Amino acid sequence: MEWLNAVIQGVLLGGLYALFAAGLSLIFGVMRLVNIAHGDLIVLAAYLGLTTSVALGLHPLLALVLVAPALAAIGFLLQIGILNRTLGNDILPPLLVTFGLSVILQNALLEIYTADPQKMDAGALETASVSLGGISLGVLPLLTFAVAVAIVGALQWVFYNTALGRAFRATSDNQDIAQLMGLNKAHVYGYAMALALAVTAVAGIFLGIRTSFDPAIGGSRLIFGFEAVIIGGLGNLWGTLAGGVILGVAQTVGAKIDPGWQLLAGHIVFLLILAVRPSGLFPKVTG
Amino acid sequence: MSAGPFKVTRSSRAARIAAVAGLIVLLVLAAAPWWAGRADMRLLSEVFLYLALASLWNLMAGYAGLVSVGQQAFVGFGGYLLFALTIFAGLHPVVALLAAGGLAALVAVPVAALLFRLRGAYFAIGTWVMAEVFRLVFAQVGALGGGSGTSLPVGIVKSLAASRSGREALSYWLALGAAAGTIAAVYLFLRSRKGLALTAIRDNELAARSLGIDIWRTKFIVYVVTAALTAIVGALIFLQKLRISPDAAFSVNDWTAFVIFIVVIGGIGTLEGPIIGTLVFFALRETLADLGTTYLLVLGLVAIVVMLKAPKGIWGLIQIRFGLQLFPLGYRVLGNLANKEN
Amino acid sequence: MPDPILQIAGLDARYGDFQALYGVDMTLAEGDVLAIIGANGAGKTTLMRSIAGLIRNGADEIKFRNVPIGALRADQVARRGIALVPEGRQLFPSLSVEENLLIGGRSGRQGPWSLKRVYSLFPILEERKRQPSTSLSGGQQQMVAIGRALMANPDLILFDEISLGLAPIVIRDIYRALPGIVSQGMSAVIVEQDITKALSISSRVYCLQEGRVSLEGASTTVSREDISRAYFGIE
Repeated sequence: MEWLNAVIQGVLLGGLYALFAAGLSLIFGVMRLVNIAHGDLIVLAAYLGLTTSVALGLHPLLALVLVAPALAAIGFLLQIGILNRTLGNDILPPLLVTFGLSVILQNALLEIYTADPQKMDAGALETASVSLGGISLGVLPLLTFAVAVAIVGALQWVFYNTALGRAFRATSDNQDIAQLMGLNKAHVYGYAMALALAVTAVAGIFLGIRTSFDPAIGGSRLIFGFEAVIIGGLGNLWGTLAGGVILGVAQTVGAKIDPGWQLLAGHIVFLLILAVRPSGLFPKVTG
Repeated sequence: MSAGPFKVTRSSRAARIAAVAGLIVLLVLAAAPWWAGRADMRLLSEVFLYLALASLWNLMAGYAGLVSVGQQAFVGFGGYLLFALTIFAGLHPVVALLAAGGLAALVAVPVAALLFRLRGAYFAIGTWVMAEVFRLVFAQVGALGGGSGTSLPVGIVKSLAASRSGREALSYWLALGAAAGTIAAVYLFLRSRKGLALTAIRDNELAARSLGIDIWRTKFIVYVVTAALTAIVGALIFLQKLRISPDAAFSVNDWTAFVIFIVVIGGIGTLEGPIIGTLVFFALRETLADLGTTYLLVLGLVAIVVMLKAPKGIWGLIQIRFGLQLFPLGYRVLGNLANKEN
Repeated sequence: MPDPILQIAGLDARYGDFQALYGVDMTLAEGDVLAIIGANGAGKTTLMRSIAGLIRNGADEIKFRNVPIGALRADQVARRGIALVPEGRQLFPSLSVEENLLIGGRSGRQGPWSLKRVYSLFPILEERKRQPSTSLSGGQQQMVAIGRALMANPDLILFDEISLGLAPIVIRDIYRALPGIVSQGMSAVIVEQDITKALSISSRVYCLQEGRVSLEGASTTVSREDISRAYFGIE
């Protein structure tokens, strides 16, 4: 029973990791960009959530109404202003520029909020739980997982059923020909980054309600997200959700064996999958 | 060769002057224990070790196209192995740091085999995951202090040299030797057949492949050799610090972010770049250190601006302006010389 | 003579360091069909990509309805009413047949062409509208590429090597459809290897040789000898 409990908690934790990963997956799918500052943007979202919920006396989840559009705007401007200039055949410029952004974000947050760990107060939601066949499930982890499923589903819908999604896929297929259709590549990428960072805002708020955070934790959030994307298979959003779940289960089961093994177990499962199935468990089928 | 009135040469006047000047600088620096103060020597040692790390990262990213953000894996590995081999195996520190290099190469073989399955930017983050694995593994080793780390026992420190000034001089020379040795090794490697193959890969992977250059193997060798040398530098870093902990040993900011900024600002893909970058980095650090985190903000900003506006860095600008090359790597065709020699 | 819709003057197009066109001058009257012929590497595709904005040039080197467009991006050119059917069809593999057509019409320009109209021109596409574009035959893919360009309701349509790599019977079908397309008040530039086809469909012909215009004339009056001289550069 205890093991089953660990697995179930891991599945729910995987929802949070899928939220970390969804934005990365989207950005990579549309413009082949790997954003090293992704984890720091998640942390930025958590801090913005903290500030708005404290300043306006809002519940952190309600703060999303402000934080998600704010991050979307930041994403659009970041893409149009800086990141679009780095895209090309050379992988170095986007990597180095987002690495620089990561250092800037971390230190700016340090300057403003200090290194003291912070947490958002979500009231009763944090401790509420439901009992299911002898296993106690936290309402917050359940909600996180449900939101992750909903967001992945929504992104999938946008991708395959809207004009914006068509523009994303067309630009990803062939930038030049997409321009011939009157699509402004710079703007398409801007919208993709805006959407990705709106999702990142959700990830940041749930992170900040669930655990305490400080400006330095972005790197490991990036790594969790990255692992979920690779485990699930590049360019497959449902795969990314599955990857998050696998990573979450590996961590909770690892922690059950030995508390010091939580993170290590996740990384080891990631490396094993990389060794056995380098293109992930559910790679996108290409026609 | 009597083929025509041309002579192909690697050397140039600037390169010859630079070689002589470099030798003089090296001699003056080697004599530092007789003219420099204790604090100056510590700072210089740090400069040398960063220079070595930067040259190694530049070899990987600037020549082999292997952009790693996880070199802290080998810095920390070298540091921890120095502590482990001296404390548990009783090795002399100098022997231990060479052994750390050898073991790092051994570990790097399966690591590379795994990470090379990831392409481009994903390789980069994969190296970071690997560094996290290293950090978490060493944090599990109770005998080395677990998560809180450990200090180098006094007996081992004293085994370096009897007097404090003797120890400081030796540790300084080791750092200087690491920097000079690394630059020389990278230079000689790039002049070798393998090095030429590397440059060919960088300039055009498809053409290089069609010429039968085994890209995977060449990159693999670069990764393993770089891991070994990075571990030796890591061992030296923690021989200076005398204390190690997982967070310090595997810090992505200290051993990768700064190193990348040094190479980018100085000029990636040139041997001169890391030297210039290291000087700029320490100049910035020494002048802006009082500003604390603002200094890092400025550093990140400078790196972004350089990457966007002058992707070849400071040395790239100098090269375009003056056509200089201090390390004779490329060939130059000279006219009229053969006439004189005939 | 009606106003020219497209004027090209002194166009020197480059790919990086390589110059592909040298001082090309060209005029297309409203409603006309202009054919461009020339050997491989003569610069035909470069010329098409330059007009469409995929290669940026000096603003005044290309004018569309007297407005300089030479320096505009491809998406800006497209929104002004120029559509390119690119060499090799270049459909979006991640998009279905219908999505490929829809994305062609996303600029929202008004005109006679709609999904329904394209399907009535190429009925086979309606049968296959849900399929991935990569599952179609070469000829059907070419129909999608043409339909995608028409969906933009352009004033000027550029066809780059539409018969390349297709079976003769398919080429015949496509060429049968072309006059119907162009007579809708559209002007067209057609790059074609098959000189007979090029002359039959166009009113004027330009021949490119090594990046320069080596011949220009009315399609009905140029002689075969002139063309082969211009085409191969034989003096």
